[in-house]
Amino acid sequence: MSGNGLTYSEQGGEAAPELAQEAAPTVTPSTPAAFGLFSSDTKKNEDLKQMLESSKDSAKLDAMKRIVGMIAKGKNASELFPAVVKNVASKNIEIKKLVYVYLMRYAEEQQDLALLSISTFQRALKDPNQLIRASALRVLSSIRVPIIVPIMMLAIKEASSDLSPYVRKNAAHAIQKLYSLDPDQKEMLIEVIEKLLKDRSTLVAGSVVMAFEEVCPDRIDLIHKNYRKLCNLLVDVEEWGQVVIIHMLTRYARTQFVSPWKSRRFLEDNALKHENNFYESDEEQKEKDQKLKTTYTMDPDHRLLLRNTKPLLQSRNAAVVMAVAQLYWHLAPKSEAGIVSKSLVRLLRSNREVQYIVLQNIATMSIQRKGMFEPYLKSFYVRSTDPTMIKTLKLEILTNLANEANISTLLREFQTYVKSQDKQFAAATIQAIGRCATNITEVTDTCLNGLVCLLSNRDEIVVAESVVVIKKLLQTQPAHHGEIIKHMAKLLDNITVPVARASILWLIGEYCERVPKIAPDVLRKTAKSFTNEDDLVKLQILNLGAKLYLTNSKQTKLLTQYVLNLGKYDQSYDIRDRTRFIRQLIVPNEKSGALSKYAKKIFLAQKPAPLLESPFKDRDHFQLGTLSHTLNSRATGYLELSDWPEVAPDPSVRNVDVAESAKEWTGILGKPKKEKPTEKFYSESEEEEDESASTSSSGKCLESTAFSLPGKLCLQNCLVHK
Amino acid sequence: MIHSLFLINCSGDIFLEKHWKSVVSQSVCDYFFEAQEKAIDVENVPPVISTPHHYLISIYRDKIFFVSVIQTEVPPLFVIEFLHRVADTFQDYFGECSETAIKDNVVIVYELLEEMLDNGFPLATESNILKELIKPPTILRSVVNSITGSSNVGDTLPTGQLSNIPWRRAGVKYTNNEAYFDVIEEIDAIIDKSGSTVFAEIQGVIDSCIKLSGMPDLSLSFMNPRLLDDVSFHPCIRFKRWESERVLSFIPPDGNFRLISYRVSSQNLVAIPVYVKHMISFKENTSSGRFDVTIGPKQNMGKTVEGVVMTVHMPKAVLNMNLTATQGSYTFDPVTKVLTWDVGKITPQKLPNLKGIVNLQSGAPKPEENPSLNIQFKIQQLAISGLKVNRLDMYGEKYKPFKGSSFVSDGEQEPKSLSSQNFT
Repeated sequence: MSGNGLTYSEQGGEAAPELAQEAAPTVTPSTPAAFGLFSSDTKKNEDLKQMLESSKDSAKLDAMKRIVGMIAKGKNASELFPAVVKNVASKNIEIKKLVYVYLMRYAEEQQDLALLSISTFQRALKDPNQLIRASALRVLSSIRVPIIVPIMMLAIKEASSDLSPYVRKNAAHAIQKLYSLDPDQKEMLIEVIEKLLKDRSTLVAGSVVMAFEEVCPDRIDLIHKNYRKLCNLLVDVEEWGQVVIIHMLTRYARTQFVSPWKSRRFLEDNALKHENNFYESDEEQKEKDQKLKTTYTMDPDHRLLLRNTKPLLQSRNAAVVMAVAQLYWHLAPKSEAGIVSKSLVRLLRSNREVQYIVLQNIATMSIQRKGMFEPYLKSFYVRSTDPTMIKTLKLEILTNLANEANISTLLREFQTYVKSQDKQFAAATIQAIGRCATNITEVTDTCLNGLVCLLSNRDEIVVAESVVVIKKLLQTQPAHHGEIIKHMAKLLDNITVPVARASILWLIGEYCERVPKIAPDVLRKTAKSFTNEDDLVKLQILNLGAKLYLTNSKQTKLLTQYVLNLGKYDQSYDIRDRTRFIRQLIVPNEKSGALSKYAKKIFLAQKPAPLLESPFKDRDHFQLGTLSHTLNSRATGYLELSDWPEVAPDPSVRNVDVAESAKEWTGILGKPKKEKPTEKFYSESEEEEDESASTSSSGKCLESTAFSLPGKLCLQNCLVHK
Repeated sequence: MIHSLFLINCSGDIFLEKHWKSVVSQSVCDYFFEAQEKAIDVENVPPVISTPHHYLISIYRDKIFFVSVIQTEVPPLFVIEFLHRVADTFQDYFGECSETAIKDNVVIVYELLEEMLDNGFPLATESNILKELIKPPTILRSVVNSITGSSNVGDTLPTGQLSNIPWRRAGVKYTNNEAYFDVIEEIDAIIDKSGSTVFAEIQGVIDSCIKLSGMPDLSLSFMNPRLLDDVSFHPCIRFKRWESERVLSFIPPDGNFRLISYRVSSQNLVAIPVYVKHMISFKENTSSGRFDVTIGPKQNMGKTVEGVVMTVHMPKAVLNMNLTATQGSYTFDPVTKVLTWDVGKITPQKLPNLKGIVNLQSGAPKPEENPSLNIQFKIQQLAISGLKVNRLDMYGEKYKPFKGSSFVSDGEQEPKSLSSQNFT
């Protein structure tokens, strides 16, 4: 039975030549191959059709398997539609399933023929077997044929009050399918969602919240009455549902509770120790808030959510852990958010894809709240076997976490990274050193010296990157760095990377008065090589010329004019344009306007130093853990996280009348309680189980085979309850 | 959520496609190929790619790219985790997750994918449930099926799907009831040139193979549960019991599964059981270098260190290596520049040593950094963290199971060579 997909193609390969031989005598022999290919194709489908029409199930099954093989490879099998659709009522469950697969794939293309199958599904919807009911609903709702929308609507409504939670779960899935097929049904669907939200089965919860998010995410009022129930069910919902519910509840909580961040000074002081700088600006506002409301007490429902999600940090599913982490980040008081870091760090042991996403999120978190990840600094050390994208993310986090206390350790670690064979990563490390240098003033000089050492490195990329970073650093501290500039001027002969050359030229131009002897000579050299330079470098040569012309026109007047002439006839319009602009400004002539008087001020003005910032700085306006956060741009369907409300909306909307809920409950279940009692949840059933355990164990003894391994006792003898 | 899935092999052929909503043309994968070309190697293909109308989220497993097409906002980890679960399921069903296995079983793959997702939302991902719905292929079963015409597809709803314990199926029966726990610990360390540990941590997992009839309720306790600093659980474990009593209490799934994975807090000093003496130097101008590495055991509580493998990513300038190993065998791949030395067991009397000459590309500058050495090893019957299982109790069933546990420590350490360039 296995290997049908493959045998199909193999047969195809073998059958083609045979057929070609057969065909050859009757048709023009000039194109046997093309003809053979063509005929074998139709022939095979003929033979599939025959198999499908045969009375034997095994032949039908074989045919269906081959057809599924074709679908899987992306080959077109749509012409078999009529033959396949006939088998939709087959008694054989495997044939039926494969026909379903086929229908879902091709019904959209062959709408009229697809209608033939509808009555079968309608019948199956009433089947006593819940699996058949559910799968009929699945297929019916997956056939994207607009004519059957009313039928689908009816089926969903019926299924939503089915006795089986599994069927109800499928009804929740069908809601989204119908909505994407016909958005006009929204109102009716919301009614169904409202009804299913009241469902107490853990099986349904995740799916219906998913439908809610897709159909009517703004109808927050539907959640009120179900909020506490969802919080309590959460632990027992399957993992995929947990992710969806947690994300929805995060949004919900941000609209319903007041911010826990702005008050509770005493608690937050602890958290603030690490992040003084960051929160200082909020101080004023806090004062104001405290006058407004001196004591903050967290809404018990808010607390409920935090308490019930915490155990899920232990989930094996990375998506669940991340969902809880973002919930704590967005909802918990700042002093409590720290508990998620341990679990996030744990995820770093996972696959590279998981690491990639988690590291991105940690990078965003670590900018705002360094304290959260400082204890785990070493977990972010780069391994030589990490892929480059993981390495750069780790580096990013290390840089964010750098402070006075750990900078020396970090710099030592960075030194190893600079020597990495992965040059892209080495370059990123140099950038990181630059950022540390600007952020932590105590090490600026150390870093600068280190970077200057790197200028004599053999690798060009390393040198180039160092030049660029040094340029930025010198700008932030325009002290006496003549020596470094001289050193860099010497490098100019050997460096070929355009960015680095441009940076050096800019530096020399900017500080030309500090190196009065060298600057004109550099201009001379570069004027010679002007035509062969990169555009980026040419622009800086022009700048250098202009600046020298203004400060030292005696020596450089002719040189500058020569360069300007070269620029005038350059191929790049950008350079021609710049040349014209500079000439007008610096070379006095009768046409030059009032501006040329200020040329010196324009060119040699004090320039603001560039800010060396993390690329993750502005990412925090996206909800963590979302696709939008990963891409750093709004993804379609991204739901904004609202700001905390100033005053909490009425909390009593979440109160559930016990009698009412009980009534509803029986309403959903129907009168006879045939189904398994779903109220009993796994995690809550401990007490009962403990009781039963003790009763049963009293009568029996659990004897264990004890065996000890040398040096270590593995399972100790346990004669229990004897 | 997940719109479509494409499976792509290393040479860039799309060999399987599955759509859960409207069909998305294969051409969407062109964006993926583009990103793949830009990346230096497969490891660096970004997992999330944005295209004008779709988002592509992909994983790379066993030489196959699983590329999923997404249309709207979704937590990326959700998709990544799911794709890995799909790969795990293939592994579980076919014994390997390879292109040939998937192609050979394309019908089962399709049936599985159909059950795992409905309209892009996960429906059934527990292997116990799936196995009831779709039986894994075995030779015996395929023979029987071809004779009797019975099918591989279950026609009733798996009981697990409805119960509170979806991971366990009902009516499990074994003649020999057995429960095995494998404690596997991995020590992960970065060691600098001088031999001092920069960073070390122990990660462990307990993999279980439980073949018990009925609905056993197990509880596993440890002598020293405090060692476990950070734990992640299989959903079957009752969190509250762990919180209050530090006991793992659970109704296990049937078959093989990972019970917990944990990390041992780094405060506890980690003793690394092997040491490495190394002498790697490259001579200027001669286009050759010397290579001399010795591995020896440290304190390991009388256990032998086994399965030692050293891998070294040599600098690009290295052309060839002429080495002699006193033990085991070595290979050097001149394309990837990876030196692998399979040492085997370490006997303290005669320490394994690998030395010889490194040939460099003539004219190339001498590599400035010494390569880092990755060493993997295994120690049987020892949990490096000192974790000890206290007892395993079973409630709810009346038979006597055979219980066993084993310990393995895996090591991976990465000594780094620090040179003397100074920042102070």
